[in-house]
Amino acid sequence: MLRFALSRLLSLGLSLLAASVVIFAAIEVIPGDPAAYMLGMNATPEAVAALRDELGLGGAALTRYLDWVSGMLRGDFGLSYTYRVPVADLVAQRLWVSVPLAGYALALSTLIALPVGLWAAARRGGPVDIGVMGATQLGIAVPNFWFAMLLVLVFAVKLRWFSAGGFPGWEAGVWPGFKALTLPAVALALPQAAILARVMRSALIETLGQDYIRSARAKGLSRGQAIRRHALRNALIPVLTILGLQFSFLLAGAIIIENVFFLPGLGRLIFQAITQRDLIVVESVVMLLVFAVILVTFLVDLAYAAVDPRLRRR
Amino acid sequence: MIAVQGLSVAIGGTPLLRGVSFGIDRGQILGLVGESGSGKSMTALAIMGLLPPGAHAAGRVVLDGTDLLGLSEPQMCDMRGRQIGMIFQEPMTALNPVQSIGDQVAETLVIHRAATRSEALRAARRRLDRVGLPEGRFPLGRFPHELSGGQRQRVCIAMAIALRPQLLIADEPTTALDVTTQARILDLLKGLVEEERMGLLLITHDLAVVAGMADRLAVMRAGEIVEQGPVADVLRERRHPYTRALVEASAHHPGADLRPTDRPLLQVAGAVRDYPQPRLRLFARPAPFRAVDEVSFEVRRGESVGLVGESGCGKSTLTRAILGLEPLQGGEIRLDGQAVSAGQRMQASLRRKMNVVFQDPYGSFNPRHRVARLIAEPFHLTGRPVDADARVAEALVSVGLTPEDRHKFIHEFSGGQRQRIAIARALITRPELIVLDEAVSALDVRVRAQILDLLADLRARLGLSYLFISHDLHVVRAITDRVLVMQAGRIVEQGPTEKVLRAPEHPYTKELLAAAPVLEVPP
Repeated sequence: MLRFALSRLLSLGLSLLAASVVIFAAIEVIPGDPAAYMLGMNATPEAVAALRDELGLGGAALTRYLDWVSGMLRGDFGLSYTYRVPVADLVAQRLWVSVPLAGYALALSTLIALPVGLWAAARRGGPVDIGVMGATQLGIAVPNFWFAMLLVLVFAVKLRWFSAGGFPGWEAGVWPGFKALTLPAVALALPQAAILARVMRSALIETLGQDYIRSARAKGLSRGQAIRRHALRNALIPVLTILGLQFSFLLAGAIIIENVFFLPGLGRLIFQAITQRDLIVVESVVMLLVFAVILVTFLVDLAYAAVDPRLRRR
Repeated sequence: MIAVQGLSVAIGGTPLLRGVSFGIDRGQILGLVGESGSGKSMTALAIMGLLPPGAHAAGRVVLDGTDLLGLSEPQMCDMRGRQIGMIFQEPMTALNPVQSIGDQVAETLVIHRAATRSEALRAARRRLDRVGLPEGRFPLGRFPHELSGGQRQRVCIAMAIALRPQLLIADEPTTALDVTTQARILDLLKGLVEEERMGLLLITHDLAVVAGMADRLAVMRAGEIVEQGPVADVLRERRHPYTRALVEASAHHPGADLRPTDRPLLQVAGAVRDYPQPRLRLFARPAPFRAVDEVSFEVRRGESVGLVGESGCGKSTLTRAILGLEPLQGGEIRLDGQAVSAGQRMQASLRRKMNVVFQDPYGSFNPRHRVARLIAEPFHLTGRPVDADARVAEALVSVGLTPEDRHKFIHEFSGGQRQRIAIARALITRPELIVLDEAVSALDVRVRAQILDLLADLRARLGLSYLFISHDLHVVRAITDRVLVMQAGRIVEQGPTEKVLRAPEHPYTKELLAAAPVLEVPP
């Protein structure tokens, strides 16, 4: 198990290295002057030259790359061109919104999806199954921002249980922050839960057809016991894969939802940075997201090995 | 002890079992034989109360005075595992891959509240010891993937007998195993029946297995028991024509007298195939695993050569190398004087000369193609001749089907017919060598006899050579002139089939022969 973890850790490091090279090359090395791009078409040559100087674009690519990487390792992501504050501070603020939001949404989606998928699989072909399949089909088809607007209309405008948007900050207390994230988390979670419930259902149905379920029944386990004791853990592997993908998506993919609810999250930061041509922020945030995705993949790999003894030896 | 009386099962009005009746006493073994689809497994599942959804059972299944068919599902759950244990055909998939063997055996006791977890684990230990998995090599924490098929079947047996049930049902328990493993598992079952005074319902398609094991024999066909009685009597008298047909087919020998030529067709000289092993330490290069070790032999034109050995002995690797699908690390393979080597594109002329028929008549066809396209598939490699359609028709006729069959899909055919289509596909390029990789192993005895006849006939008519890979010595005896015995990558004995099987010299050949169940039919 330790060997497995170490080998996965090694590949994590290599992926990060590769990603940093690709990002750096895409933004700073590929022809086209980043400084001219950032300043737009009407910039004077003097302004461009000044910015080039500020960005340190004069040096060799390799030196600049090493500076960038070693800076990041020290927590120095540079200075945002538009906000004029360290990118690290900017990102840290946003992470305080995005990570709890993604975690909240993921927890909701898991809590909804796993029991629903289990329920549908156990009653395959029955009315419950048909109802669940129909509902999840709808959940996948309807875009999450539409859900979001619906939620705002019902729970904020009509019932006035939640505010329609904005984030008070965690300084205002855990509960107000939590409350502000609830509607966005639900809007994000529902489509994800629909996907996850379907994956859970089909994985369970496949597992239930396996010979070892028949063996378990021959030992005297009831259908429910066979599902709980044997099918569930075997069905978890595809579910974990989807969960990992969903977390990565939720971290940065919440742009639209963050806009609907006026949340100062990572998605909005990168969106604004791109429209304002703030390449320094873009570069750092993309790198951070890559790191998050790779880290999640690593954790999913560890979870696979925890579930399935066959993977531990590799 | 258990009496099945007039058991009938139907799914949606279609009867699957009709009035099945038999009884088993303590310490007695009843062999239930029949071909696939005859209702053997359905009988077992009906006794277990594990029929597929939609199936309805009628009649009586009386165990110690209780009619099992009248019990509720929770009552039946209590019976399963406690009073009736069951093991299945496929040990590779019969165990939960993510749970240790100790937990799986102990679960039988835990689920019936017969013991606490720690007591159950101690009991599991004793049961695993009993079925031949001692603590030293098989601690409770082992996972199924660390065990071989035979070892897994032992775990399944330990699981089924953990609570010392009165009746054990074994549904084709050794069909997926090698002969030597089969012999050991059958021995184990027999010992357990004597020791525990259990009744055993042994379901199998192999008369030879039953003949050596059972006290009584019931022959099943199309959902009915056509004949039953003490084994020796049933085999001697064979009152029902179906029993006669089964016995004859089991001992079938296509009686063609063919004389192979002296000209070599396939020459394998010093063939070596190494597989790299996974790296255990970062800088230590592991020793490769030698799957085929300096193998040399010849197949002459018109000759049929058998290759026997247990799973893992290297038969399949050698076969793939001959077909040009595996590179060799040493030696060479020549077909009709031309070198066969993997990795490079094989010349169409060479490719045309050999073809292969695989074991599984269900998995080796694309279900979305029509038969004509399936059979014509080898033309992708050799170029499509102008008379391709005529040749497809010709191939179908030569395997006993009709040209019209080419418009059908593969699911419209039975297992035996599919294997005929596989042979037609192999014949389409007019090859000289056909490699038959366990080509009749998945077939019922009567169908197998027909396919063996077909193969003998084709060989006589077309002058084909066969390389016949099988674990079944009877089949090898029936269809080959010479036999090669392979063990751990090496050919340990070779010679004329009759001679090798009558007077084996190598201990391994002797072991294989001793393990193979023999059906001795009284005249």
